[in-house]
Amino acid sequence: MTWDWSAVREFMPHFWDGLWVTLEALALGSLISFSLGLVWTLLMRTPTRWVRWPVGVVTEFVRNTPLLVQLFFLFYVLPEWGLAFSALTTGVFAIGLHYSTYTMQVYRAGIEAVPAGQWEAATALSLPARRTWFAVVLPQAVRRVVPPLGNYVISMLKDTPVLMSITVLEMLGQARLFSQQHFQFTEPVTVIGVAFIVVSYLASLLLRTLERRLVR
Amino acid sequence: MSVETSKQPGTAGTTSDELIRIEGVTKRFGDNTVLDGLGLTVQTGRHVTLIGPSGSGKTTILRLLMTLTKPDAGTITVDGQRLFPAPEKELREVRKQIGMVFQQFNLFPNMSVLRNITEAPVTVLGLPKEEAQARARELLDLVGLADKADARPTRLSGGQQQRVAIARALAMRPKVLLLDEVTSALDPELVAGVLDLLRDIARTTDITMLCVTHEMNFARDISDQVLMFDAGRVIEAGPPERIFGEPEHERTREFLGAVL
Repeated sequence: MTWDWSAVREFMPHFWDGLWVTLEALALGSLISFSLGLVWTLLMRTPTRWVRWPVGVVTEFVRNTPLLVQLFFLFYVLPEWGLAFSALTTGVFAIGLHYSTYTMQVYRAGIEAVPAGQWEAATALSLPARRTWFAVVLPQAVRRVVPPLGNYVISMLKDTPVLMSITVLEMLGQARLFSQQHFQFTEPVTVIGVAFIVVSYLASLLLRTLERRLVR
Repeated sequence: MSVETSKQPGTAGTTSDELIRIEGVTKRFGDNTVLDGLGLTVQTGRHVTLIGPSGSGKTTILRLLMTLTKPDAGTITVDGQRLFPAPEKELREVRKQIGMVFQQFNLFPNMSVLRNITEAPVTVLGLPKEEAQARARELLDLVGLADKADARPTRLSGGQQQRVAIARALAMRPKVLLLDEVTSALDPELVAGVLDLLRDIARTTDITMLCVTHEMNFARDISDQVLMFDAGRVIEAGPPERIFGEPEHERTREFLGAVL
């Protein structure tokens, strides 16, 4: 086995395309999982059982089935019912949905860590529920949820290659395509492996900075 | 047992304006009956102090009035509005008239001192921000913390935090102020400052006060009426001079003997 720098050079344009798609999927997937997870958490705290029960069942189901199966379902089964989206849109949504069932647990723990006295003070001041949530409870929960949410971002990054299975050309998809066309596996796969390490490392640096600023 | 908190007949300035009525209220936590068929009324402008051993139900009364907990039986009426059950909208109206200061301060650590005080006046009463801030600064001046408006609550001492909490409660201009062992979590040297502030407020405002405290000198100073609690009931009630001077009930004598 020999290392061929010219193969690396040839792969690079495809690599940049793939990296861009990976980062796009990661950013949008994070955004969806962060906001959808918060929606699940808030719905799970409504007094009505008829809201909590279906939300509980759906999120439990999504959390306990493989992301790959969900991708196949959304990309190959849903179109049969007339719901078809592009591969990337489907992939981003699937990752966001899947991880939202994890982030909801992070939010729940963060919210439960806010002392009861804070809720009581809000009641004593007659703050409306909305205001209690958005001005008092959630800002205090944020500093507790950032570290675990950051871990899920890294997990999500490592899960982006499954998007390849529904034809999304993220980094691994590009590497595989290149390998099949040039019969050179070593160089492209090594390049994207290194890229994953670099992206995770940069993301963790960013998160640590964010944590430090929040804990102040 | 029912207790009236009006002053003795003949006392000048007495109004028969009933603000709070509690009838047959029972509250249990598991097997533990904290309030046992309690009844009492409080007239507008009165300063009522609740004393008695820990676990005798004093704090629970305040929490019931603030709608932080629900009774298992009985009725509570504040300013003519029955609380349990009541639609959330009515409860909000009642809560606006009641302020509460907690043992653990419960300031919002994510907001500045000033915002702690302006938050509810702006979002609940709809005061313009500038007016709420002006009111907040006046109150901070009153509690002696004019220079701490922009500080974070966590940077303040316990006594300072509690004074901010008092300002926060007063900013809503409540008719009733509930004080729940407000000095119990303070270092001994900080207690006097907070109590002096409350004495001032009691003297200079017409706010109705219900006060749970273990500070008997303070109770003697500010109260029109002292209620002695034991095992979920009021066992003795009267003006402070009598309760502290010539307690009738054996339990009251024991209790005062132990704390004074």
